Amino acid sequence: MSNAPVDKGRRRFLTVATAVVGGAGVVGAAVPFIASWNPSAKARIAGAPVEMKIDKIEPGQLVRSEWRGSPVWVIRRTQAMIDSLPLVEDNLRDPDSEQPQQPEYAKNKHRSIDPEWFVAVGICTHLGCSPQFIQRDFGAMEGVDAGFFCPCHGSRFDIAGRVFQGVPAPTNLMIPPHYFVDDATILIGEEEGAA
Amino acid sequence: MSFMNWIDKRIPISNSMKLHVTEYPAPKNFNFWYLMGSLAIVVLVNQIVTGIWLTMNYTPSAEGAFASVEYIMRDVEFGWLLRYMHSTGASAFFVVVYLHMFRGMMYGSYQKPRELLWIFGMLIFLVLMAEAFMGYLLPWGQMSYWGAQVIISLFSAIPIIGDDLTTWIRGDYVISGATLNRFFALHVIALPLVIVILVFLHLIALHEVGSNNPDGVDIKKPKGTVKPEDQAQFKFHPRYADKYDIVDAIPFHPYYTVKDIVGLVGFLILCSLVIFYAPTMGGFFLEPPNFTAADPMKTPDHIAPVWYFTPFYAILRAVPDKLLGVIAMGGAIVMLALLPWLDRSKARSIRYRSTLHKVNLTQFVICFIILGYLGVMPATDLYTLIARICTALYFGFFIFLFLYSKNEKIKPLPERLTK
Repeated sequence: MSNAPVDKGRRRFLTVATAVVGGAGVVGAAVPFIASWNPSAKARIAGAPVEMKIDKIEPGQLVRSEWRGSPVWVIRRTQAMIDSLPLVEDNLRDPDSEQPQQPEYAKNKHRSIDPEWFVAVGICTHLGCSPQFIQRDFGAMEGVDAGFFCPCHGSRFDIAGRVFQGVPAPTNLMIPPHYFVDDATILIGEEEGAA
Repeated sequence: MSFMNWIDKRIPISNSMKLHVTEYPAPKNFNFWYLMGSLAIVVLVNQIVTGIWLTMNYTPSAEGAFASVEYIMRDVEFGWLLRYMHSTGASAFFVVVYLHMFRGMMYGSYQKPRELLWIFGMLIFLVLMAEAFMGYLLPWGQMSYWGAQVIISLFSAIPIIGDDLTTWIRGDYVISGATLNRFFALHVIALPLVIVILVFLHLIALHEVGSNNPDGVDIKKPKGTVKPEDQAQFKFHPRYADKYDIVDAIPFHPYYTVKDIVGLVGFLILCSLVIFYAPTMGGFFLEPPNFTAADPMKTPDHIAPVWYFTPFYAILRAVPDKLLGVIAMGGAIVMLALLPWLDRSKARSIRYRSTLHKVNLTQFVICFIILGYLGVMPATDLYTLIARICTALYFGFFIFLFLYSKNEKIKPLPERLTK
């Protein structure tokens, strides 16, 4: 034991330095525990794009597929459905799709690449239920027959998946990245030209 | 004797028993409402024991979970009883915890110096909700799946990080086996451990400040202010008796252990009636869609959480904006935690408080029950309107309380406990 007087400043520096180094160690050690909660490689592969044949789909028909475990709808819209799109605009929250709920190429009135073909993730943007496709007596307003209605909390979307005002869902339905491989095939989950 | 001596020289068992059980001064006027704390401990033990036994036959995977629960119900000896004890225990836990919390509100048990005790209680309540929520996913039924879908997507309301956060919680782009497995791990080991530790802290904090009572007046008087013949005629641990003159108190054991056993017998009779005659409780304890295996492609027509979440769920739905709805739901719990600072009254117990306060607390309870009812019902226009009114009154309770409690007209407080 040395009898030299205690250097308080030095002691404080050592305490703080030890605490900082120890703290950095704790943060570093936490990384694997936190990162291990992210989707595994297997889950990421399961999130790969899906291909779908569309040449047998009739006008007015909805066909379901599955991408990343979510239902994906492909609807071949009838002319009446397309004509109804401008009618509802005053009652929508986001008629021009300002919210980033779609790829750039679907940021238009019909929210799709081709007005006839509508592709969307069939999950309500409120709390994740799957809305119903209503083809008759939609009831949102006069002259509009078709749309989507979520039975959980009563949210309504038009036939382009645009959300109505005064319902719990905050945003339009999600449009997944997709493109037409050829006239009969659509690829869901990937942009055209992506690797 | 010599054996206990040997032990006590090495670990202070006898002293701890005296300090917390046989020589712990408890107010002599505890009523029905004071049963809930010990009942909650009994239910906790039941959940841990039956839970351990259930894990022996349960398979935590998306492929095997639903079938393994059916296996427990049909093929495992007394598996049905263990499972119903566990599922009924979950609801019973919330029944006693809600009554326990209401007792605290009624008698002002959160007021100084019991703020931290109340905070520990609120933390137990929060972790208990997480525990129950994760446990409900494990049977992997339709309501397990879609209920979890609804609750986890609440996190997506958080700006910027919301979507990544929900993916991180699920461990997948949807609720999947990865989610089930991590919820299983949290449900059977992590959260029970946290709950047990919090309950321990809750009890230590309780014994430090002492139990409140239906009169809300202190049984510990400053040392030397009470004549010896007016003090409680029991031997209390020097830790309490050296610091205070103790009046109107009795030792926790045997007086309250015996009383609690009477309450426990009644409570167990009620639980048995549910377990043996109505294990699903008409769809409130176990919901009908949960008897169908989880199907990510098919949403049940009506998603409702289990009854103990419905008051908060109704608040969530009452707000038309998603983020604000989530904030309101969280705020409903935060407001409860803030009670020690919102209530500035000089009286603790409702017995000595103003009519205004009695009316306010009554309307709060009524709103809470109505919200609980609305939370299981589909959202119609009328119900949404009622839910909005009740949500406003729920938060109104706290605001009114803060405003009137400081200058509240109270009845004169008694020096000593009344009957």
